[in-house]
Amino acid sequence: MTKTRVKIEDISKPSEKLTELRKEDFKPLPAPFDTPESTPDFAPLSDTAKENYECSLDDTIAISLPKPKTKEEEDELVGKFLSGLQKLFTKENNWTFLQPLILSMEHCATCHTCSEACHIFEASGENDVYRPAYRSEVFRRLYKKHVKSKGGVLQEWRDGKIELNWTTVARLAELAYRCNLCRRCAQTCPIGVDNALIAHEIRKLFSQEMGIVPKELHDNGSVLQLKVGSSTGMNDVVVKDNMEFIDEDVSEMTGLTVETPWDKYGADILLIHNAGEIMAWPMNPGAFGVIFESAGLSWTMSSEIAGFDSINYGVWYDDAQFARVAIKHAEAAKKLGVKKIVLGECGHAHKALTVIADRVLTGDLNIPRESSMVTFEDIVMNERIKVDPTRNDFPVTLHDPCNLVRLMGIVEPQRRVLKKIAPRFREMAPHGVENYCCGGGSGFAIMSGHNFNDWRAQIAGRKKIEQVLNAFKDELDPSINKYVCAPCSNCKGQLRDAMAYYGLWEKHSIMYDGLAELIVNCMVDVKPGFIEWEWH
Amino acid sequence: MGSMLLVIAYASVAVFVVAVVQRFVAIQRLPLHLRWELYPVAHEKGRASYGGSYLEESDWWTKPRESSKLGELKVMIPEILLLAGVWEHNRSQWLRSFPFHFGIYMLAGLIFLLLVGALAGVAGVDVSPNGGAAWSALYHLTYVVGYVGLALALVGSLALLARRTFETSYAQYTKKADYFNLLFFIVTVVIAVTAHIFTDPSFSTLRSYVAMLVTFDFTSAGAGATAFSGLTAAEIVLGCLLMAYIPLTHMSHFFTKWFMYHDIRWSDEPNIVGGKIERKVNEMLQYPVSWSAPHIRGDGKKNWVDVATSGVEE
Repeated sequence: MTKTRVKIEDISKPSEKLTELRKEDFKPLPAPFDTPESTPDFAPLSDTAKENYECSLDDTIAISLPKPKTKEEEDELVGKFLSGLQKLFTKENNWTFLQPLILSMEHCATCHTCSEACHIFEASGENDVYRPAYRSEVFRRLYKKHVKSKGGVLQEWRDGKIELNWTTVARLAELAYRCNLCRRCAQTCPIGVDNALIAHEIRKLFSQEMGIVPKELHDNGSVLQLKVGSSTGMNDVVVKDNMEFIDEDVSEMTGLTVETPWDKYGADILLIHNAGEIMAWPMNPGAFGVIFESAGLSWTMSSEIAGFDSINYGVWYDDAQFARVAIKHAEAAKKLGVKKIVLGECGHAHKALTVIADRVLTGDLNIPRESSMVTFEDIVMNERIKVDPTRNDFPVTLHDPCNLVRLMGIVEPQRRVLKKIAPRFREMAPHGVENYCCGGGSGFAIMSGHNFNDWRAQIAGRKKIEQVLNAFKDELDPSINKYVCAPCSNCKGQLRDAMAYYGLWEKHSIMYDGLAELIVNCMVDVKPGFIEWEWH
Repeated sequence: MGSMLLVIAYASVAVFVVAVVQRFVAIQRLPLHLRWELYPVAHEKGRASYGGSYLEESDWWTKPRESSKLGELKVMIPEILLLAGVWEHNRSQWLRSFPFHFGIYMLAGLIFLLLVGALAGVAGVDVSPNGGAAWSALYHLTYVVGYVGLALALVGSLALLARRTFETSYAQYTKKADYFNLLFFIVTVVIAVTAHIFTDPSFSTLRSYVAMLVTFDFTSAGAGATAFSGLTAAEIVLGCLLMAYIPLTHMSHFFTKWFMYHDIRWSDEPNIVGGKIERKVNEMLQYPVSWSAPHIRGDGKKNWVDVATSGVEE
């Protein structure tokens, strides 16, 4: 069956689905996953989901947008979209990204260089709808028709055809969540057009004007974090309890006494983890404790709201939520009088607080922020802890979190550490700033409603699975344990799900975890065997 | 007709300049945005080669930032002249796009050479094969650059048009105006090539025309002191209109790209307490917000500080 080509203007034409996802179209994975039969099936959407939610884009749902019940309701939503579209291009409402947005709106030459760079487009078998420029071109035409243009006979001739109706709006809302915002496409654009930014701005329009956003990011994400302190739902009491358990476990495992300091005024460092680590990968914050204590650092954690959870989901969909969380992080540090904030292994938290919030935090809230990759490099390379690399004598590769590497330029510190502590380290291809997203970027790692998990594993995460298999291609024998070092919570969440989806641990003994665990695993002063292979 | 050709040229230059300045100022007046850099950042001294940043330094805020203008030039020059990014990431497009762009650069060079020749002529120098060595070289170089530039621009624009017409993925994204733009180039170049082959092979007529332009010599132009063939006149009119048209379209990326790189991709300057960036940010935080979602409830009176510090209302 040949693929149906999807035109830009098709987005406005009501139909059951704009595009269909078929496994046989997807880019084949390396052996032994190189046939459609060797990978799990893409679960169809349930009848209930189809009945209740907008799902006319493709075969999955990211945002669970309820179907309007009447034409009036549809028209009202279209009106709100239009109102948001106009606000997005005003300096008052969008000074934060107006210049990059306008430049990306005005100067695309539609050369499709971006398509070649996109892991989602490639993995899908070059599905027209997942072309990075598709979403952008739809939005560009809407902008030119409804914001920029004064109408006239030449408008369509000049800017292309598009119709604004509910079908367009509903599909565009979903389509904004078919991009990982990894900005690999922007890196290759010869002009500098940023399709990921456009996806980001579309998400903002829907969130900030219409309140339309996946509940994992908003209600269960930034709202919960601002309310109780963490998107995990942990409040200050629970997080302290959990860390106490972790300290006990880690002390027992390592033979060292580790006690996490809380709210220590005047410490040099405020360490903020993604609280998901505390829940899902407790040995990671535990390993930080071991390393920081062994290196003799003056550090503390904070029990303030958001002070113990570095996540900032607003960076993916909403400037207001982003700013609120960033300010809470800075206030926690200010209250403790620390010299700097060190961010744990979480890519988006790094970028949000260090780079994006740099032009939000002013005055005494502008407290220096540093990556834990840099802190680790300082500790390991200056031998503030003693390491025995032979304890890490197994194949190791490194996944580069986009936020940390392509979007912050923190490339070498983690590599210098790995080259010192992991004798069988090898790079993925490509790597560094040219890396591929894990597939969980921009919030996808925590989104699994309906069959979105299938989409994440089969489309968004496919390229990373290919890279992992290729990195270990000569040692796929399951008798050899292999380690994907992923110094980012969201990347780990995606790798956990995608690697389980394809059974990489069961079939090839490939597991993932952070950098801190790998460091502790080879510390001379620590009892051997910190990494828990059997846990996976 | 000659006077009219001068008027058209002056008007086209004016439109070009006004359009470029207007767009430049409009972009520059946009508010400072949040940082959105993308690595590699070319001015990162010692780190640009692998995409590293000053954030790789421990306590980076205590150390001097080392920025390299040379590093930027090392990226920008091959990017502008050779379309290095397209070469690296989209080779098949480069084969079409490079001749088109480089042809245009050569035609811009042609205008420069004609200008030099015209000024020399006005000063009484003989720009011809019989002139001095330098002027003879200028004479020959002018038509070589002209023919090569026209040929490259023609090949490139035809190749781009063919791709946009016959390759579905390109055709679907090509607006009618895009076809018009390419056809505009093709017709202009074809007319120019024809004019030079048949009536002005050495580009001397064009040089005389430029001399009239720079001396505002309406008298000679109006008196027909230099005879412009219909083809040359058409070449001049189309060339002038094309020059005026380019900055009115998305093809203005020839200079807006500067902002794309310097103001966005490479804009990594940190916000320092009490500094210029902080001052601008504080101004923008006072902007009124009118976003309507329940968690913002912007009423056009609340500003960004109010929104960012008011917590979640719903």
